[in-house]
Amino acid sequence: MAAAGLMVSAGSAVAEPQVEVLHWWTSGGEARSVAVLQEEFAANGGTWTDMPVAGGGGDAAMTALRARVLSGNAPTAVQLKGPAIQEWYEEGVLADISSVAEANNWAELLPASIAQHMQCEGTWCAAPVNVHRVDWMWANAAILEEHGIEMPTTWEAFNAAATQLQEAGITPLAHGGQAWQDATVFETVVLGLGGPEFYQAALVDLDPEALSSDTMVAVFDQMRIMRGFVDENFSGRDWNLATAMVMNGEAAFQIMGDWAKGEFLAAGMTPGEDFLCASTPGDGYLYNVDSFAMFAVEGEDRIAGQMLLAELIMGQNFQSVFNLNKGSIPARIDVPLDDFDSCALTSAADMATTSEAGTLLPSYAHGMALRGAQAGAITDVVTAHFNSDMSSEEAVGQLANAVANAM
Amino acid sequence: MMRWLERHVPKLVLAPSFIAVLIFVYGFIAWTAWVSLTRSRLLPRYEIEGLIQYERLFDSPRWDTAITNLYIFGALFILVSMAIGLLLAILLDQHIRAEGVLRTIYLYPMALSFIVTGTAWKWVLNPGLGIEAVMRSWGFETFEFDWLVDPDLAIYTVVIAGVWQSSGFVMALFLAGLRSVDTEIIRAAQVDGIPTPRIYTAIIIPSMAPIFLSAFIVLSHLAIKSFDLVIALTGGGPGYATDLPATYMYAMAFSRGDIGQAASSAMIMMSVVFAIVVPYLYSELRGKHD
Repeated sequence: MAAAGLMVSAGSAVAEPQVEVLHWWTSGGEARSVAVLQEEFAANGGTWTDMPVAGGGGDAAMTALRARVLSGNAPTAVQLKGPAIQEWYEEGVLADISSVAEANNWAELLPASIAQHMQCEGTWCAAPVNVHRVDWMWANAAILEEHGIEMPTTWEAFNAAATQLQEAGITPLAHGGQAWQDATVFETVVLGLGGPEFYQAALVDLDPEALSSDTMVAVFDQMRIMRGFVDENFSGRDWNLATAMVMNGEAAFQIMGDWAKGEFLAAGMTPGEDFLCASTPGDGYLYNVDSFAMFAVEGEDRIAGQMLLAELIMGQNFQSVFNLNKGSIPARIDVPLDDFDSCALTSAADMATTSEAGTLLPSYAHGMALRGAQAGAITDVVTAHFNSDMSSEEAVGQLANAVANAM
Repeated sequence: MMRWLERHVPKLVLAPSFIAVLIFVYGFIAWTAWVSLTRSRLLPRYEIEGLIQYERLFDSPRWDTAITNLYIFGALFILVSMAIGLLLAILLDQHIRAEGVLRTIYLYPMALSFIVTGTAWKWVLNPGLGIEAVMRSWGFETFEFDWLVDPDLAIYTVVIAGVWQSSGFVMALFLAGLRSVDTEIIRAAQVDGIPTPRIYTAIIIPSMAPIFLSAFIVLSHLAIKSFDLVIALTGGGPGYATDLPATYMYAMAFSRGDIGQAASSAMIMMSVVFAIVVPYLYSELRGKHD
């Protein structure tokens, strides 16, 4: 009797929020950032089960996720981003968190194009944690000053500055020869030379005309020029080693997302004094938004946990503390930015203006614009061109083919 | 009862592993074949669409590179490993002093994982850190050895690392083979005054044919499934210049969410393995029956 009574009372008690969170934020700064969320979750009476899967830029985590979903036991929330959210939605495994999103007015708080990534056919299915800007150019302030160079605002200016530095015996561009880094440089050149509309047509809508246009030939020409500004030993180098080259004065520039800032700051350098940051030449803004997608789970406690987690992720406190740790900026636009550095302030201001101008664009190289197979097909061509003596015309031909082949 | 047990215990004991092999090897081969005929992306879907994935595969320049690399790497890896292994084995077979120590030294690389081999050679071959930098610091200013970062030559660095790893193992195989040749015949040849090189080329090596075949089979399957070595040494780069079918399959399945494409490349890889192994098995089994 007593046991039965206990069971009844336990069943009728208010469900305690529970989440199991799959993510790959396992390095120092990232782990600190996610711990903020854990603490907040616990402070609200929830139980957090952490499921970190390290390695492979999320590949290993995605494999774990696939196994969990196929066995019918999906984690509550998973670090997912871009079109991958929609891809998982099409598999019919995502949950609807519209009630939280609408109660907290997410549609107003997020830039329109970013809000779009968090929605699956009109319902909300994911919560954003940050906005990384991808089209950044970092520079060693001392080198630029010594040679009387300003941060370039056009690609011609960049080429001129780089040639001048090369003649002075300095590696102009620090670059790591990994396919995704080649792709990162490529997309900033597409945006810079072609403009936001061309970028949208070529790398978001995959318009065959744009992909095989003369502008694209010019983009590959510029990539060939950039290849000449890179030292001979770049192949396979990690991005943070390239950042270190700028820090140590071995190289002048690096094109990399704002996670590079974390490396400069960790080395005790000050933005504007020791290192410079500016958007790459041209208009527009390429974003890479980390987010958590909510998977369909059963049980009152787990659904309650999901709702609480979604609310906390979009909470002002988490958005502020997390992004201070990670080097990115908050996804919601009403967070006070008093504690953020000058690069972050530029980024936030640019996000607001480009959002209004309609030039706030998803990064293709970081999986925000295209599905894995299509983005991969483009990256294959870009990296093959960058690492060989392929002509620009041949690259453009391969590009159109590869994209058609990946549809 | 005892009789029944005697008759059936072996079958009962073998049954679980037999069933496990049936499901987890042959069952999954069939499953992969099925998936390779569908348009599966993130998760497997089961509506058969025909040979679309194979068409995509053979249309992809990256797969071309992967297959070409497999031929280059496979042929050189097998030939050079066998040549070096045989040479080492013959030299060690001359009843020299400290043979045990030398044998261990040559065999030792086999104890390392390909990941370790790949990482170590990555540093050795890196123009800014390894051989090239050392030679230049010694005063040979124009010395060049930058194969690792040259897209046309990078695949040969994979061969170097692979051969370094495996030739000691081939040596051990051959040494065992040399020792198993009937000493009576050799002694008879020596009594007849036939020079040692000729004893090797005319008597010993021909009688080792089965060992050659085993070495060939082991090395060729190592070459086809080669994955960790490339990942650790070059990461598939520069660009995708050192991609092999195994790394292609991994990229499609795990980085790009293109399971159908990965499955079709896996089926092609399996066909290549079968093309080598089936004739071998056939000759072995037929040999037993005769």
